[in-house]
Amino acid sequence: MYFVKRLIFAVPLLLVISALAFALVHLAPGGPFDRERAPASPEIERAIKAKYHLDEPVWKQYLQYLNGLAHGDFGVSLKYRNHTVTDIIAQGLPVSMLLGTLAFGFAMGVGLPVGFFTAARHGRWEDYTGSFFSMLVVCVPGFVIAPLLILFFSIKWKLLPVGLWETPWHMILPPIALGLFFAGKIARLMREGMLTAMQSEFVTAARAKGLGESRLLLKHAFRLAVLPVVSYSGPMLADLLTGSFVIENIFQIPGIGVFLVNSSLNRDYTLVVGLSLLYAALLIGLNLVVDFAYTLLDPRVKYE
Amino acid sequence: MAIFQRARRIFSRARFAFCVATCFCLSGCVRHEPPADITILNGAEPQSLDPGILSGQADMRVASAMFEGLTYFDPKTGRAIPGLAERWEISPDGCTYTFHLRTNLVWSTGEPITADEVVYSWIRALSPVTASEYSGSLFFLKNGQEFTDGKIKDPSQVGIHALDPLTVRVDLNHPTPFFPDICAMPVTCVVPRQTIDKYGDRWLMAKPLPVSGAYEMVYWRLNDKVRLRKNPRYWNAANTQSDIIDILPVGSANAALSLYERGEADIVWDAALIPAGLLDVLLKRPDFHTFICLDTYFFRFNVTRKPFDDPRVRQALALAVDKERIVKKITQGGEQPASHLVPDGTANYAPPEGLGHDPARARRLLAEAGYPGGKGFPRFQYLFNASAGGGSKIHEKIAVELQQMWRDELGIQMDLRQMEWSAYLNAQSHLDYDLSRSGWVADYNDANTFLGLFTSNDGNNRTGWKNAQYDGLIQRANQEPDVKVREKLFQQAEIILVRDEVPIVPIYFYVGISYYDTNKIQGIYPNVLDNHPLQAIRKVGRGPDAK
Repeated sequence: MYFVKRLIFAVPLLLVISALAFALVHLAPGGPFDRERAPASPEIERAIKAKYHLDEPVWKQYLQYLNGLAHGDFGVSLKYRNHTVTDIIAQGLPVSMLLGTLAFGFAMGVGLPVGFFTAARHGRWEDYTGSFFSMLVVCVPGFVIAPLLILFFSIKWKLLPVGLWETPWHMILPPIALGLFFAGKIARLMREGMLTAMQSEFVTAARAKGLGESRLLLKHAFRLAVLPVVSYSGPMLADLLTGSFVIENIFQIPGIGVFLVNSSLNRDYTLVVGLSLLYAALLIGLNLVVDFAYTLLDPRVKYE
Repeated sequence: MAIFQRARRIFSRARFAFCVATCFCLSGCVRHEPPADITILNGAEPQSLDPGILSGQADMRVASAMFEGLTYFDPKTGRAIPGLAERWEISPDGCTYTFHLRTNLVWSTGEPITADEVVYSWIRALSPVTASEYSGSLFFLKNGQEFTDGKIKDPSQVGIHALDPLTVRVDLNHPTPFFPDICAMPVTCVVPRQTIDKYGDRWLMAKPLPVSGAYEMVYWRLNDKVRLRKNPRYWNAANTQSDIIDILPVGSANAALSLYERGEADIVWDAALIPAGLLDVLLKRPDFHTFICLDTYFFRFNVTRKPFDDPRVRQALALAVDKERIVKKITQGGEQPASHLVPDGTANYAPPEGLGHDPARARRLLAEAGYPGGKGFPRFQYLFNASAGGGSKIHEKIAVELQQMWRDELGIQMDLRQMEWSAYLNAQSHLDYDLSRSGWVADYNDANTFLGLFTSNDGNNRTGWKNAQYDGLIQRANQEPDVKVREKLFQQAEIILVRDEVPIVPIYFYVGISYYDTNKIQGIYPNVLDNHPLQAIRKVGRGPDAK
C-alpha cells in the first residue's frame, strides 16, 4: 500500500518538475532558433515560431506540451529537427544505461570488498593504504582520471581502444573511469558502516556467544553495515544510468549524458524538459527500490 | 528469520536477472557490421541533413554526399561543374538560365528524377514554412524574396519553371556571375517530394530514403555516427571512390587526436579538433594540412551607443590593434592578419587595404574625438562567446589581448563579457553590446557574401550602422553585368566599410586545418570553400585491405 501511495505521489512531483524545467529554460536568454546567420526574411522567423508554437504565451505552450505528454509524445527536438525527443532517448539511453550499469557493477565490486577489508583490518597498514586510495579516487575528478587511463592503457600500452562504443573492449575503460569515484565513496561508506556495526551490542553479544570472527563479520555486521551503501546506491544509480557528460565526451560514447548538458545550451526546450523528466522519474523510481530493499535487509524497518 | 530467507531468494533471482540483462545489453550493443572504408571525424553533430534546412559545415559535408544540385563543387578547384544538369545556356542579358538535366537520372530507389522535382525542391527551400537558413541564396530568383516574405503566394510566379521533364528555366533579378555556384549549394539540392510529403519533418528517417547524390544513408544515430553507402544508381557512380564511409561527430579535440593516432579514424577535418596546446608541434607534421579558406574573424561596434557612434573613435580603436601579434601569439595556425573583410583569394575580386597598425594616429584620432589620452572615455564592454566544449578559449585570449592593447595605447578601459552561445547571439542581434566578437564564413565564392551583410536592412548587420552610399554601391554592383566594373563598385563599398566608417574591425583570416595521411588517403584537395566531396575520397596504400 505504502509503495502504491508513493507511486501516486510521484505524478504531481513529476508535473512540478516539468513545469519548473519548462519555465527555467524559457527564462534563459535566446531561443532555439537564434543563429549566427540571421533568417533571410522576418517571415521565416514568424513561420518557424508558429510551427513550434513558440509565438504563444509560455503557459499555453506548457499546456500543449502536457497534452502531448499525456499522449506519450515528448515532441520534436528543436535543435535536431529531424529527430523526436523519444528518438534521442531511445538511441542514447540504452548506451548510457549499459555504461552506468557496468560502472555500478565496478563501483560495487571494488568498493564493497575494499570497505569491508579495511574495516576488518582497522588501524593496520592495509587499512591506511585502502583508505588512502579510496580517498584519492573520490578527490580526483573524472576528467583527470579518464585521460590518464587513456594515456596509459590505450596510447602507451595499446591495450584498449581510446574511445567509441562498439565491442566489449571499448566497454572497459569508460565504466572504470566513471565508477572509480563511486567505488571510493562506497568503500568509505562501507568502512564506516562496518566500524559502527562492529561496536554495536548485537555484535558484542554474538562475539560473546563464541561466534567465529569471519562469520561474525560476514553474516551479522555486514548486513547492518551495508545499509548506508544501499541508500546511497539509489541516487548513485540514477546518476550513473543517465550518463555522464564528461566521460561520454572524453570517450566519444553516444549516450544521453552529452544531451543532458547540451540541450540546455542549445535552448532545445523539448529535449531539456524531456530529459529532466526522465532523470526525475529514474531518481524517484530508484529511491523507491532502495526503500523496498531496506525492508528486506533490515527487519526493524516497516512501512505502513 | 523467514524474511531473510525470502530476501536471499529474491536476491539470487535478482542476480540472475541482472546477469541476463547485462548479457542481453552487451550482445545488443555490440555491432555486427562491416568496417567502413573510410572513417571521418566531422566536428559537430549535424543539426539536420535536410538540404533545405541544414546550416553548419558539418551538416553540409554529409548532406552534399546524399543530395546533389544542378551543379556540384569540383573536388579540386571548388568551382561549380555540371551535376544533375549536364549543361546550361545563359541568355545574353545574363538573367535567364536554361538547365538541361541528364537523361539517366534516377533516385536511389529507382524512380526518375524530373525537372518538376527540381522546381519543387527550390520552392520548398524558399517557402517560409520550411524556414531554411539559406533561402536568401535563392533571392537572386525573380520573385524569390517576395515569395519568402509572403507577398506572393503563387509559386508559379517565382522564377523557376520546368519546361519539360528534362529542362528547367531559371529567371534571375539581375545577372549573377556566381549563379552556378548557388546551384551547387545544399539549399538548392534536389530532394524527394513524395517522401517528404509522406513523412514530414522526419523524412530523413524513411526507409528506404531516396537520394539524388553519390551516397545513401544506412543509418544516422545522433552523437554516434552517420553511415553512408555508395548509391549504385547515382549518374556518376562509376567514379564514386569508396563504398562505405562512416562520419563521426566528435566533441573533444583530444579524443579526435587519440582516435586518429590509434588508426580508428582516417580523416579529421575540423580545425576545432586540434588540441590547441599541441598546435605548434602538430603543424610541423606532414599529415597536418593548413589551407586558406574564405572565413574572417572580426569584431563589431554597436554604433548606436556612445562613444562608438563617432567614426573617429572606431578608427582609433581599429588602428590600435596589433593584428600581427594576435595571430603570432594566440591563434598560431598560420592565420593572416586582416585589414579588410573580404578574404584574399575570393573570385573576381582584389580587396582594398583597410586600416593597419598605427598607434600614433589612433591617439590623434581619439584626441580629436574629445578623449585625449583616453580621458573621459567611458568604460565599455567586449562581448564574446564561450568556446564550445571548453575548447581552446581563443575568443577569450583575443579579448584579453585587445583589452591590454587599448589600455596601453589609448588609455581606455574595457571589461570582458563572456556569454554562452545562444545568449551571445541574442545580445548581438538585439544590439545589447558595445563591442562584439564575430566571424563569417563565405556561403559562396564571391565578395557579395561578405559585403552584403552590412547593408542597412540585412539581418546580419547587427551593428546599427546604416549607410545609404554603401547600400547604393552594393546594389549597383549586384546589377552590374561587367565583372570588372562590379569589382570596382565592391572595392569602393569595402573602403567605406573598413577604412572610413569602420562599423567592424577585421582581425584575421582563418586557416582551415585538417589531418590525414596523404600516403593513405587521396582525393582531398585544398580549396577556398573548404569543400571536399566524399565521392572523390579514397583509401590507397599497401596491404590486402587496401581499397
